[in-house]
Amino acid sequence: MNAFMASIPWELLSLSPPGWGGNLLRGLAKTFQIALGAYILGLMIGLAGALGKIYGGPILRWGLETYTTLIRAVPELVLILLLYYAGTDLLNQTLEALGYERVDISGLAAGIYVLGFVQGAYATEVLRGAILAVPAGQVEAAAAFGMSWVQRHRRIVVPAMIPFALPGLANLWLIVTKDTALLAVVGFSELALETRQAAGATKSYFLFYVIAAALYLSLTLVSNVVFRWIERRYRRGQPELG
Amino acid sequence: MQWYWLPEYAPKFVDGLLVTLQLLGLSIFLGMCLAIPIGLVQVTGPRPLAWAARAFCTMIRGTPLLIQLWLVYYGLGSLFPSVPGIRESFLWPILREAFPYAIFAFTLSVAGYEGEVMRGAFRGVPKGELEAARAFGMHPFTVLRRIWLPRALQNVFPTLAGEMVLTLKSTPLAATITIFEVYGVSTIVRQETYRIYEPLLFVGGLYICLTGAIVLLFRWAENRIPRARAG
Repeated sequence: MNAFMASIPWELLSLSPPGWGGNLLRGLAKTFQIALGAYILGLMIGLAGALGKIYGGPILRWGLETYTTLIRAVPELVLILLLYYAGTDLLNQTLEALGYERVDISGLAAGIYVLGFVQGAYATEVLRGAILAVPAGQVEAAAAFGMSWVQRHRRIVVPAMIPFALPGLANLWLIVTKDTALLAVVGFSELALETRQAAGATKSYFLFYVIAAALYLSLTLVSNVVFRWIERRYRRGQPELG
Repeated sequence: MQWYWLPEYAPKFVDGLLVTLQLLGLSIFLGMCLAIPIGLVQVTGPRPLAWAARAFCTMIRGTPLLIQLWLVYYGLGSLFPSVPGIRESFLWPILREAFPYAIFAFTLSVAGYEGEVMRGAFRGVPKGELEAARAFGMHPFTVLRRIWLPRALQNVFPTLAGEMVLTLKSTPLAATITIFEVYGVSTIVRQETYRIYEPLLFVGGLYICLTGAIVLLFRWAENRIPRARAG
């Protein structure tokens, strides 16, 4: 065992070049940024989508149904490529039509937009279920107090649905952190791509992929602790289940 | 939109579709064979085994499948040639191909996710039914085969349909390790014809059809399972 541990080229992981540790940590930070941005964008799309699905007219509902069904039936990798090419194309065509120069979209912004759009479909379904789970009596009571639609939702529906939505939202966060790895295929230098470059340059494939897996795993485990804490806080007012 | 390339590449897409279905079928089958014991030991197994199964599920579910795939293919694949004698052995022709690595990685992934599902499923079977089976004098293995496993599978059937769709949607990752399944074929079309959207939209449509087929298949199978409905 000791001989095995000694045979691993640990110096490759040192934080400054020639070690690749710094690159991996920078990749992890990028991964976290993209995941967080996409998650927040996904939640915003999801909230709008859920409200649209519940209160919207037939055309809006049909459109949202198509969006959530299509996004959830097509592999994320295919979606990421489609949205990436289509999104940058569309933006540049619009800019050219308006007489501006073409721009290169930064990897960070494109990654956030692509993953956020995919997350939005899943978040729509999670939030729709959570909103419908809020007891109707509470909303009626708010209406009886004379609150407007916006006030009812801001003060009653959104806070009351959070406990119902949290397990699903926690799951979505774990999914988005792992989906960021797919951006390596389009060439964003997040953790997966940094790992691939480090592994390719040093030929220590096994070492670097194990380290990358460990970094992703630690992100997941820390997230689990954070979400458990948030869930406990939001369930304060609810009776214990079971 | 130009679709002139479609007839020319149609045979390749058929081949790719078969590879996708093989990847899906093999990894689901092998993965479920692993998932059942992984779920079971977490409910009744001795503590070290339960703990190991728990750790396995956490590790698989906490890391991206892409990293697992690359770890297996590039990582393990780069270690094998250094094992003395392996290049002369009968295993070498298998270890040189990418397909077995993909099956291995996908199987472990399915085992990890479905192991967690099966844990809940085994736990969800009412205690009284198992006690009744034991009272009939059934051997523990007979209880598992006749009562516990069928009842557990029945309860999680809809969940398994969803998980199968998720597995289908992760098969395109195999294209990153040089396996030309359906999505991989579309990347060939993209490189050779410089059409970006059409091949992607085409495989997107194929995946929607496959997802629909899986959903319908499971719905049909679910209706065939007899089940007592409350109320």
